[in-house]
Formats: sequence, C-alpha cells, structure tokens
Amino acid sequence: MAFASIYVPGVSVQAVVRAEPALRGCAIALVDGTPPLRNVVAANEAARQAGVTLGMAHTQAQQFSGVEIRQRSRGQEESAHTALLDLAWSVSPRIENTAPDTVTLDLAGLHSLFGSEEEIAQQLTEGASRFGLMAQVAMASNPDAAIHAARGFPGITLIPPGKESQRLGCLLVSVLSPGAEVLETLERWGVRTCQALAALPVLELSERLGQEGVRLHEFARGARARSLVLAEPALDFVEEMEIEHGVAELEPLAFLLGRLLDQLCARLAARSLAAGAIHLRFRLETTPPSTFEKVLRLPVPMRDSKILLRLLRLQLQAGPPTAPILKLVLAADPTRPRVTRGELFLPRGPDPEKLELTIARLANLVGDGNIGSPELVDTHRPGEFRVRRFLPLGAEANRRRENEIAQGAGFRVFRPAPQASVVLCDGRPTRVSFRGLRGDVAAASGPWRTSGDWWREDPWQQDEWDLEIHFDVSSGASSGRRRARANTPSQGGPNRGLYRFYYDERLQGWFVRGAYD
Amino acid sequence: MALTALRSKLESALAGRVLAPFAYRDRKVMETVSVGIPTVDSLAGGLPRGGLTEICGAPCSGRTSLLLSALASRTAEAEACALVDGRDGFDPHAAEAAGVELKQLLWVRCRNIDQSLRATDLLLQGGGFGLIALDLSDIPPETIRHVPLNVWFRFRRAVEDSPTVLMLLEQESNAKTCASLVLQLGAGLARWSRTPMPTPDRDAASLFRHPAACLLDSLEAHAEVLSSRMQPASGVVGAIDAIGMPSAAGMSAAGMAGPAGMFASKALWGYFSGVATNSRAISKTNRSANRR
Repeated sequence: MAFASIYVPGVSVQAVVRAEPALRGCAIALVDGTPPLRNVVAANEAARQAGVTLGMAHTQAQQFSGVEIRQRSRGQEESAHTALLDLAWSVSPRIENTAPDTVTLDLAGLHSLFGSEEEIAQQLTEGASRFGLMAQVAMASNPDAAIHAARGFPGITLIPPGKESQRLGCLLVSVLSPGAEVLETLERWGVRTCQALAALPVLELSERLGQEGVRLHEFARGARARSLVLAEPALDFVEEMEIEHGVAELEPLAFLLGRLLDQLCARLAARSLAAGAIHLRFRLETTPPSTFEKVLRLPVPMRDSKILLRLLRLQLQAGPPTAPILKLVLAADPTRPRVTRGELFLPRGPDPEKLELTIARLANLVGDGNIGSPELVDTHRPGEFRVRRFLPLGAEANRRRENEIAQGAGFRVFRPAPQASVVLCDGRPTRVSFRGLRGDVAAASGPWRTSGDWWREDPWQQDEWDLEIHFDVSSGASSGRRRARANTPSQGGPNRGLYRFYYDERLQGWFVRGAYD
Repeated sequence: MALTALRSKLESALAGRVLAPFAYRDRKVMETVSVGIPTVDSLAGGLPRGGLTEICGAPCSGRTSLLLSALASRTAEAEACALVDGRDGFDPHAAEAAGVELKQLLWVRCRNIDQSLRATDLLLQGGGFGLIALDLSDIPPETIRHVPLNVWFRFRRAVEDSPTVLMLLEQESNAKTCASLVLQLGAGLARWSRTPMPTPDRDAASLFRHPAACLLDSLEAHAEVLSSRMQPASGVVGAIDAIGMPSAAGMSAAGMAGPAGMFASKALWGYFSGVATNSRAISKTNRSANRR
C-alpha cells in the first residue's frame, strides 16, 4: 500500500467544532449569506436527524430545539485545512492537496520510520484528533482508491493490493464524485454501487458517457494509477475565531486565545518548528469596524502554549483593546526550535522561557524602557547609555580570570541631577549645599572641562569637580547618618562624602552628578 | 514512648506539606562565593549562596564599590545577575570600569520601594540568576523600617535551596535574623594623588590651592561583620591599612594592643581600598588589597 488519504467529513462543521470543542456531539447547522437572508449551508448528522435540511432559512432552522446555529467561517475552514496539511507533512514529504477536506500522502520509504500501515494510519488518526478533527483514513496501492475508500468508509481502511475492486464495490457511485448529469444517468440505469458500475462494459460506457464514464469505470475498479500532484510546503500558521457576541473582558479572551494557541503550537510541533513571534489581530466592535494589532517578539523560539498565553496576557494587560472583540486572528512566525545542550560545567543561567515571562512581568511593573541590559554609547557625553533587551550570553560567555577584572570605586548617579549652590574662592569651591545638606570643601580636584556635540542642537559644556565635603552637623541628612554609623567607632571629625559636581555652561548653574560610594 | 507517638502524629499531620519536619538542617553550611575583594572575603568568608546578605552603611561608605565588585565577580563567572535599583542610581560607566560584564546584567530601574520589593520577588520566583542585588541605598531608612519583617522572610525562603546570592544594600540593617550575613561599612580616608610631589618649597597645603594638581586616587572603607550564620563568632581582631599590612596606627585606632580573639557579634574589622575610576587619570588598577 503506497498511498494514504485523510478525509474530514463535514469539514465546515468540524472547523467550527474545532474552535468550540464544547459543541462536539451537538447537532450543528451552519448558515451563510447576508442578513436577513441567511440559509443553512451545512449540517452534521445529528442536525439532519432533527429535521434541518440544506437551503433552509436561518429563521426556520432556529425552530428546531437542540440545534446549535453558527455562522459559517471560511477562515476557520482554511485553518482546519492547513492543520490537515501540517498533519500530512509531519508524516510524508510528498503530499497532494486533493480537496479542502482531503489530503493524500505518498508513503513510499516511510515504513522504516513510522512502522506498518496500521501504525501509520493510527498515527494519522490520532494526529487529526489532536488538531481537533475527526478524520477517516484509508490506504491503497493507488491514490484514487485510497481517496474513495477514505471518503466512503468510516475509521481506518486498509486495502491490500489487488483487492481494490472488491473493497470499493459496496460504495455508492456518488463517492466517486461524478458530474450531476452523469450521476442522474447512472441512477436511471439502476447503477448505484461501484460494483455495478465496474460490471458495465467499458466500451459501451464510453460511447454513452464519454471519457467521464471511462474515468468513473476505472475509479469503481480501483484500477486508476496516477502520480500525486505534489503540494508545496507552506509555512502558514494562522488560527482564527469569530465570536458572535463581542468579548470585552480579559479572562474570557484569554480562554479563547489559549485554545487558538494550543492548536497553533500543536501544528508547529508537528512540523518540528517553533514560534519566533506571535501576531495578534482583533476585529473590534466599532463603527466603522477597526482592528487592534499587537506583536509579541520572542527572544528564543518557543512553542509552549501556556507560556505564550501568559506573555500575551501580560501584553494585553499593559495595552488592552478599546472595544469588544468580534474576531481573533493569531499568526505565528515559524522558525527552527531552540536546541539546548546539557552540560555539567555550563554557567548558571535563567531558563529562557521563564526569563521572558519574568521580564514581561517586570516590564508591566516598571515600564518597558526601565528594564534591560545597560549598554554604553560611543560618545563622550557624560552619563550616556542605552538600555537594550536582556539576552544573557549563556554557554558562549567566556569566564574571565580574576586578574583581568579591574577593581574600581563605585559611583552612584543622581537622576535627575540636583541643583547645588557652590561658593567659590579664587575659582575653587569652598562651600556647597544641595538637597538640604551643607558643608565645607575639604579637598577638590578640578575643574575638568568636557564639551562636545557642538554641531547638534543640544551641545554640552561642563566643568567637573571631585569634591570631598565635610558636612555641617546640623545638615538634614547627618542625623540619619549618625544613626547609621552608630556601630562604627568614631573616625573623628565631621561626616563627609565624596561627590562629583559640575558647572553647566548652557544652564549657567551648578549640579551634582553623583557620589563616590 | 509518648514523645515517639507525638512525633509520628506530627509527621503524619504535616505529610505532604513539610518534608522531613524533624530533620536537622545545618543552615551554617552554605556554599560561598567571592565578593571580589580579598579582605572582605577573608573577613566574611564570601557571599553565601541561597542566603540573604545585608550590606549596610551611610552614603559614601563603599557599598556601591562592594556591589560592583560582587557583580564583576559573578559576571566574570558568566553568571546572569540582576540589579533592582530602588532609586535609579546605578552608573553603567562605573560598572564597566569595575569589570562588570554589562550583557550579563539585568537592570530593573524602579521608582519607589514598592516596585523594588515586587520586582525582587518576581526575580526570585523566576530563578536562574547567580546574584540578585536589591539596592535601597538611597531610600530613606525610615521608609525601609516600615517594610514588614515577613517580606525579608519571604525573600529568604525564596532564595533558600537555590544557588542565587541575594544582596540587600541599605543604610541600616533591617532584615534581622532573615539575613545570613550582615556587613556594616563605614567611610575611611580618601586618598588624593598629587603631581608633582611635595618639595621643600611646596607643601601639601599649597598644592590644594591648585586643585588641578591633584586627582582623587582611591577611597577607603571599613567593613565589619555584624552577624554571620556561616562561620563561628570568634575571630582575630586586627586593623589592616590600605596596602593590606597590619599597621600600628591602625591597631591603636581600633583600641587594640595586638591581635586578640573576641567572641561577639561585631568582633572583626577590615579595610579595603578601591580606585576612583577617573577618566582623567591614567587608568590604574589598585591591587593593594591583594598585596599581602
């Protein structure tokens, strides 16, 4: 058996159930059209048994109690079909996109990887179930026999080579998808099953029905051999959901996002991929309709739906949409998954996924721009730096030897720089006051002039001084200092500190850059 | 027998909530890491992993120098570190000059103590950092005194059984028994380099009248172990000057006649020096603390 076919019966209804698992087992009818003229376009077996028929008006269908009416969603059907393709690609590199509800696979050479035909069929069925689809799987020695067997028989069907005609014989001719006229003609002749069609003489059939008849005859015998029309692998990971009554609260929205993320991550896992970024798009209940978009960029590829949901929640908490949501669209940028190498002697580091979650929570707490790694900027302007995303080096970080580390005095910056009052004598500071503190200058080093960026609108020119200050005992902070120093032996003399002052030529004033600590 | 029965009853009642409630655990046995300053390492035994270390001191007492040294020491081992900056006083330039690998540092710039405490909690829950420093140096002591003790207890419990070093910088000690190590720092002397050297016709005082002739060279700080759960309370008392040699002047300043053992919570003294990272001076690393 060289080919397998996966068929999803009632794919329109299954696509809706995939988004709302609570509807599984219920009678469901789908309506489509422009209100108020909406008709039933699809219904599952339970709805048909309740009396719903195709083409029935929406208002008529609503009369049947126990039947759930939903709007048909082409987006959800597309997502379901793409999920089916992902399932097929997870098994075989050669697949044919036969129909919106059918995918055919070439199984040549896969037995050593995936086992026997039964095991492969079981894997396909379980994979479809993980993607929220109930699928029928069939295997045969030619693609069309597999397709028709999948469409005609529930569950898993395995047709041994040479037995195609025998197995397909009991199927109705309609499974072979003949044209309407040909089907009517065959019904008039009393030919209803594939066995009956296969028994007809092919020459006479061709005279009456042409090439269509010959083709159907081959299908009925399961004898038509052809090559697959191979589909190009698509890296399109989009899940969407339409909501009848807008969602305005974060909790129910998170519940729906979680469902979509579960499907998305399952599809990524099936293709051995991970998400590099997640794109959110909401259609809002506004007049005129507007969209809300957000992008979650991930520092490392992820496909854990729980962590992705937490990150999305934190983002939405920081910037929620302004109106109820009618439609959710979630798209993932696929990328190769992260490969971690476990080693005994690697330096300690935070788990990237947990770290991303922690950083998102911290960003919500202190603001996006107040968290990250500091990075010096290539300029002489004092105190210039930027804060970039924190990406610890991990395994590629080099340990440095102790004697490569310089030991320097610490410096604390005052942000913003407080204004100071400075008394000069012979151009040298002798007494200062700032932040309620007053004191004499015991030692001074300066002035050290720095200037630059004269070609810009914000040049700087500052004269810096390093000052050792002995504070007056009556100064504001000295009482606090006395408490802090209660356990230290007296050093003799007043409280003191080392500060960097600067005179700003542009602002014509004295400021305190910070303190040596 | 009654005791045995009582013990069994308690163990069964606590089963599932507390693992081995009667198992003795020696909390003094803690792995320590270097703070990057040999004098302080010899005083305190290093910074404990899985414990809370308090660094207390007035402004300009050397807390930031010790913090940067610890960050440099950890990032040199390629460990990720986090700094919760209570008043946004961190200087990346000084940090880089002190040897901190900035790419390994997560800087959280807070505006008040509430943000700082919550950020620290999030980092401890996230885990994976070699060092988490909570810098409350510029927050008034009276504000920190209002922090309930269970906050420090929660931090201690969160960091326990993890390889993370939790450092708390403040003006006075607040964590009480929750801290595994409490270091008190005090400002020492500032050293100024003078160029040219004093000559008979030019004394030191006159050089200060020409401030461009001198540069801030180094600042000293005292370090005292107020309490430690990691080592015995006994220790040798001594005063060590800037170049690491016992000095008579230092010993007399400490009121000691000579090395002596004292068994008290504040029995140990030490000095360490840092070099002012002055971009105007010729860059010089002071290894005096290493010269012994």
